[in-house]
Amino acid sequence: MYDTIIIGAGMSGLAAGIRLAHYDQKVCILERHYTIGGLNSFYRVGGRDYDVGLHAVTNFTEKGAKKGPLAKILRQLRFKWEEFSLSPQAGSRISFPGMDLKFDNDIELLRSEIASRFPDQIDGFRKLEALIGGYDQLDQEAFEQSTREIMGTCITDPLLTDMLLCPLMWYGNAREHDMDWGQFSIMFESIYREGFARPFKGVRLILKNLVKRYRSLGGELKLRKGVKRIHVQDGHAQAVELDDGEIIVGKRVLSSAGRIETLRMCDDVSEVDTRQVGKLTFIESISILDRQPTDLGLDETIVFYNDSDKFHWERPQDDLCDMRTGVICSPNNYEYADGQQLDEGVVRITSIAEFDRWNQLDESAYQVAKARWYDRAVESAVRFVPDFRRQVIATDMFTPTTIRRFTWHDNGAVYGAPDKKLDGTTHLNNVFLCGTDQGFVGIIGSIMSGISIANQHCLRD
Amino acid sequence: MAPAEIREAIIEILEDIAPDEDLSTLEDPKAFRDQLELDSMDFLDIVMELRKRYRVQVPEEDYGHLNSMASTVEYLTPKMEDIAV
Repeated sequence: MYDTIIIGAGMSGLAAGIRLAHYDQKVCILERHYTIGGLNSFYRVGGRDYDVGLHAVTNFTEKGAKKGPLAKILRQLRFKWEEFSLSPQAGSRISFPGMDLKFDNDIELLRSEIASRFPDQIDGFRKLEALIGGYDQLDQEAFEQSTREIMGTCITDPLLTDMLLCPLMWYGNAREHDMDWGQFSIMFESIYREGFARPFKGVRLILKNLVKRYRSLGGELKLRKGVKRIHVQDGHAQAVELDDGEIIVGKRVLSSAGRIETLRMCDDVSEVDTRQVGKLTFIESISILDRQPTDLGLDETIVFYNDSDKFHWERPQDDLCDMRTGVICSPNNYEYADGQQLDEGVVRITSIAEFDRWNQLDESAYQVAKARWYDRAVESAVRFVPDFRRQVIATDMFTPTTIRRFTWHDNGAVYGAPDKKLDGTTHLNNVFLCGTDQGFVGIIGSIMSGISIANQHCLRD
Repeated sequence: MAPAEIREAIIEILEDIAPDEDLSTLEDPKAFRDQLELDSMDFLDIVMELRKRYRVQVPEEDYGHLNSMASTVEYLTPKMEDIAV
């Protein structure tokens, strides 16, 4: 009998597991995939390491900072700042037709960019900044307000509104077109006020630290063990049943599988409303270069681009992908300690994709589509950064079906369902949700989600 | 444990929870909140660490007693006097 059964060995599940195991609970994490990490995972192909998910760790604060989510999770998990080994970004850019805004980990740069390019909007931007409170100040109702409506009371230039929304939507918005005000506030804080960083060794360093700590505290981790069903009696989960039929009994279940995905497992639920499932998923086109990106003049950490009059944050309507907007990230372009540098240049381009169309392809059509959309993604991106195509020595790509395999989220929805459940509760009194569908996204956010739900619902008994 | 030992136990817990804080200047009668960067998650950790290390239960309605070092030691003294150091 476990005290807590955790579904999913991603950032949130591992963080929750550490908290509970630290306080002497008997904990078991069940992961359907053969590896840990969920959305923020890694793989090795052709002798090279690739990250899934992570372009950047958001919420970067310097060593010694006592405030902010990074400091909070380090304290809660008893890690030293050095153990995440974060190096800050070199600088990033939002690029729209005829207009660029640079930003880095000091919000003064963004302010001065807005002041010089949108002089009549800087007061409005300051007004917007004042409206964005702390992370913990929003209840469910306030969280779900329309960001475009609130921004409209501060900023009157639609171009600036779209430009400010672009990175925040890209890095954490499960809703099409608009964004929940709470989600916007979290993302604004974590990206514009705090900022981007990366461990030199990528996401695997953080994951390995989490797993090592979890195991050292006696936590159990079972890979290739997907939960098929949650057995329910009288509004109470009794046990979980695995894909292979094994029954595991626990006092409570903490699921990072997603809200709809978790409800579907509960055997007292006959039908789930799949209209609530997230619709936004991505492809990522990865290029390995024969030199450092900076040698080509590609010296920014992340470029968020959009080529149209308006910024369209929506599922592609009539093709596998939508190339009007994208994210170009080079993991080389961080200020690594002691002048360290990755051996090879890497450029990662993320584009919006449509799950069903990708999912319906047979194997040969899938391979053709990968090759075709890699070319189109790179072609789209080099309008906004120096053309690196002649320096490419290897490529790889992940698609919505890859994301589905790693996360088991419906539609490979990267940021989960649009409707978030902040308090992590479900219709069952001992089943709780953590992870993307609790409203926290990004690496620091998902770790925070696991910690806060473990604290609120699983520790005090 | 005597009050001085209980104080030491609390200091050890705080060192673990908030390693970046300078605890040498902590003034016992003053609220933790006014001297250290502690939030509700950290206070939960003080309670949980007491439970883990010394099997001392602090019910939620008593959390207010953990306001300062002085009040914490006073509150814990009867609960911890039988614990061997």
